[in-house]
Amino acid sequence: MISESVVDLSRFQFAMTAMYHFLFVPLTLGLAFILAIMETTYVISGKEIYKDMTKFWGKLFGINFALGVTTGLTMEFQFGTNWAYYSHYVGDIFGAPLAIEGLMAFFLESTFIGLFFFGWDRLSKVQHLGVTWLVAIGSNMSALWILIANGWMQNPVGAAFNYETMRMELVDFGALIFNPVAQVKFVHTVSAGYVTGAIFVLAISSYYLLKKRDLPFARRSFAIAAIFGLASTLSVILLGDESGYELGDVQKTKLAAIEAEWHTEPAPAAFTLFGLPNQQEMRTDYAIKIPYVMGIIATRSTDKEVTGLRDLMKEHEVRIRNGMVAYSELEKLRTGDRSPDLLASFEKNQKDLGYGLLLKKYSPNVVDATEEHIQAATKDTIPNVAALFFSFRAMVASGFLMLLLFLFATWAVAKRNAEDKPWLLKFALFALPLPWIAAQTGWYVAEGGRQPWSIGEILPTHLSASSVSTGDVWGSIIALAAFYTVLLIIEMYLMIKFARLGPSSLHTGKYHFEKLEAKTGEAQS
Amino acid sequence: MIEYELLKIIWWVLVGVLLIGFALTDGFDMGSMALMPFVGKTDSERRAAINTIAPHWDGNQVWFITAGGALFAAWPMVYAVAFSGMYWALLLVLFALFLRPVGFDYRSKLENTQWRNSWDWGLCIGGAVPALVFGVAFGNLFLGVPFSLDDTLRSQYTGSFFALLNPFALICGIVSLSMLCAHGGAWLMLRTDGNLHNRSAKATQIMAIVFLVCFLAAGAWLVFGNISGYSYATAVNTNAALNPLAKDVVTNANHGWLNNYATYPITMAAPIAAILGALLVIVSAAKHKAAVSFTGTSLMIVGAILTAGFALFPFLLPSSIDPTSSLTMWDAVSSHKTLGVMTVAACIFVPLILIYTSWSYYKMWGVITNKHIEENSHSLY
Repeated sequence: MISESVVDLSRFQFAMTAMYHFLFVPLTLGLAFILAIMETTYVISGKEIYKDMTKFWGKLFGINFALGVTTGLTMEFQFGTNWAYYSHYVGDIFGAPLAIEGLMAFFLESTFIGLFFFGWDRLSKVQHLGVTWLVAIGSNMSALWILIANGWMQNPVGAAFNYETMRMELVDFGALIFNPVAQVKFVHTVSAGYVTGAIFVLAISSYYLLKKRDLPFARRSFAIAAIFGLASTLSVILLGDESGYELGDVQKTKLAAIEAEWHTEPAPAAFTLFGLPNQQEMRTDYAIKIPYVMGIIATRSTDKEVTGLRDLMKEHEVRIRNGMVAYSELEKLRTGDRSPDLLASFEKNQKDLGYGLLLKKYSPNVVDATEEHIQAATKDTIPNVAALFFSFRAMVASGFLMLLLFLFATWAVAKRNAEDKPWLLKFALFALPLPWIAAQTGWYVAEGGRQPWSIGEILPTHLSASSVSTGDVWGSIIALAAFYTVLLIIEMYLMIKFARLGPSSLHTGKYHFEKLEAKTGEAQS
Repeated sequence: MIEYELLKIIWWVLVGVLLIGFALTDGFDMGSMALMPFVGKTDSERRAAINTIAPHWDGNQVWFITAGGALFAAWPMVYAVAFSGMYWALLLVLFALFLRPVGFDYRSKLENTQWRNSWDWGLCIGGAVPALVFGVAFGNLFLGVPFSLDDTLRSQYTGSFFALLNPFALICGIVSLSMLCAHGGAWLMLRTDGNLHNRSAKATQIMAIVFLVCFLAAGAWLVFGNISGYSYATAVNTNAALNPLAKDVVTNANHGWLNNYATYPITMAAPIAAILGALLVIVSAAKHKAAVSFTGTSLMIVGAILTAGFALFPFLLPSSIDPTSSLTMWDAVSSHKTLGVMTVAACIFVPLILIYTSWSYYKMWGVITNKHIEENSHSLY
């Protein structure tokens, strides 16, 4: 058996590296499209300033992109190094989208990014524009495939357990691709990326406007970011992945945990605006509730119920007991027994096999689990409610703040008076961290809310880890943390340096600091 | 749908193609960066070396990423056992690879000499360490890797990182390092001029000699040494699903890894190609014939990888402590359906990739001179 500390450390390492990776990914997703829009404007209008915009924001894009690539490698490696049993158990399904992501998306994005940076003098205007669009499309397609993989972890459709090979196997590739959870997740995640790109450009442009330098450059960047950002924020909020919460038990449990709904309430349920969830007592203290709202958001109806956590746990307990039966039948099958009765019974019970495996944490043989073990495993079937409750609210609050910002910003663009509103420019500048707060808390909701499963209702997280030692994982955590900290400091240093420098960093001679230099040069001579 | 057996063979070939694609493309990135601090004496020379690969390194690296993805999708158990078992070797590769994307993009963004020097050595490590470790890993495949599978197919690895660093594996590591360095050197001969070109030619020649000596030494060790080869003791059911524990494996100390060469003498073409490639490089690099040298290093790479693949076939990951647990391309494989779907994806995308990758090289081709670097110092790496 793998020790609990290896499981916990591996989870910590994966969370740390995934969250770190996702500091860079959303900006890549969003900025790529903003670059494509800027360059399209350049090609259509022929105005040199849009080319400079593409090049300058492209420089910042490059600084961010380098770390996105670097930290993405870690993600691919870790499935093998730290989650070996997971890789065996679901690799037949999970590996395919990853490989296709490489073939279809990474090659496209990575081949053309080189031409984007270095092909300005080698390609015609239209060819270069095509290249920029292909980078944007490539990065978005890579998001599609990785989210198909992730969506499958939340709602594992199109696959079946094979007792002969002791793993999950692909049954229906179409179901895997068109998994509704994956599809809504894709739209939600890439839109969130577009918002990140928009806030990034908006905030830095606002800084130039506040400093009253490179105004034509900053004004145009501000306008593109404001309009693109408003459309994207509306898309994130309206097409948020709430519709996915109806599907599958894991998503239902996640929803109930997000809302800290301990009891099933009569429809339509009230939305808890704020409160202090108490997992021990299974209730929420000091709750402030808004009637009807949750029922409408979650079920898009006024008569369907949202199942509460206590009732979900009752269902889970039944499934754990049934899972014990499934596990004992699997053991017989593994010894070679193929009697028709056994096969028929396993066929019926195997949907609960994953629940049976939850007991492995307490009782390695599963079948001899005690009542106490079953109760403990049942308790494990709901995630950390308070953490989900607050993360979700932080995400939503960030989203609405950004919506507000983009509404004001777009209004100012229409009125052409953003420069006269220092409060708006400051709001934009200080809003810079918001998309990252939303993305990090959002991923916590998605992945923390999936616990105790790595593959919903099929494979518990604690079984997924590699048989490595605690020391190994400690070592890699320390090394990764050290590496990542140094890289982050370097990245931030360069990013801030070039953002401050602005378009002067292009050395075209047209922008603020160069003109300033030219002027002082003249004065001296 | 295509027969399961045939699909298994197709994927053995395809993973091989991806590995060779990786070694041919990212190989010269790694090799040229491993040589860069030695062949580039001035900042402009070093930047010239870096900018020969600047538009391509990221696309080339995807061969590596996709080979990893294909390994995961086609042989999930191999991916699981190898990555978790050789934990620290893989992390070492990972950390070395970290230095490349940031090194390329960040190095020339500041003027500071100390900064640039540090990144130059970072890029050198980012090229040399993975090249070395891949060879060491391959060497250990011949020796067998200490793992066993339990009845739930969970793997338990009993070796340590330092056990991987045995003399035979280290020779294989030098084979792979010198091979990619020669390839990188030949690439720099093609794409640079002046002193940088001349020093690269010298380095290419030296690396090809090192490669030839170590390749022959590793081969001689397999022929005359006491390394056990692995083979099936009973007939293989090539159409069976994943079932690594269902077979009987025998080890054969009497140069067992050479059985395939005896059975199919045509496979001898692989080691011969590697040796001829090396000889071609040694002769043509001295005459500064860049294109011929690059052809020679490419031949070395294809030959050397196939030499290992043919010898090990059908084994992917032999187990030294429990030969039955060994993983082969017949029994450590994904389901029929998954291999089918992936084959369709590969048939569509691999040709497309080859087309647009060729276009990108065509568009960016040309010699990178010091003058070019100095004139474009703010837009280049």
